[in-house]
Amino acid sequence: MADDIINKIDEKVKNNKVMLYMKGTPDFPQCGFSAHTVEILRSYGVPFATEDVLADPSVRDGIKRYSNWPTIPQIYIDGKFVGGCDIVHELHERGELEPMLKSALGK
Amino acid sequence: MITPEQIKDFLGKSLPISVCETQDLTGGGDHWQLIVVSPAFEGKGLLEQHRLVNEALKEPISDQRIHALALKTFSPSQWEKLGS
Repeated sequence: MADDIINKIDEKVKNNKVMLYMKGTPDFPQCGFSAHTVEILRSYGVPFATEDVLADPSVRDGIKRYSNWPTIPQIYIDGKFVGGCDIVHELHERGELEPMLKSALGK
Repeated sequence: MITPEQIKDFLGKSLPISVCETQDLTGGGDHWQLIVVSPAFEGKGLLEQHRLVNEALKEPISDQRIHALALKTFSPSQWEKLGS
């Protein structure tokens, strides 16, 4: 099925080792969950790309279909969907996030 | 809004549940934090575990009875390790 938005999302996810779909921007997050996710990523000092879903309703809807995940933020590492704020938080607490980031960015 | 009993009913319909702790985060009955332990989570990653819960609660999430959901999921063996 031709779906331009899904293709556009897929390209971004594949071209950015760490890609965060969020509400707002890292400096001006528009939602507490997005803000918390940014805070965790920044604590590792790694580069990451973001897209503001509030700026484009088609992306906001498309990203949910792309991952079959109902909420935003959504984080993708090394082209793979990792989860939302809860999962990132939990992986961070368990010390599992850093090796995932390192291995993705080391490639 | 939804009650803890209704949440447990929805979960129980699609998953074997060993523990389900509910916390109403705002008092409004629509922002919930859940701790869910299920044998169905054994051997699964967090993403899959959360997907199972989201799927079980699909109806009250889509009709907005649940507006926000914070999840902590554990397999029974992960849960046991936490307790010890």
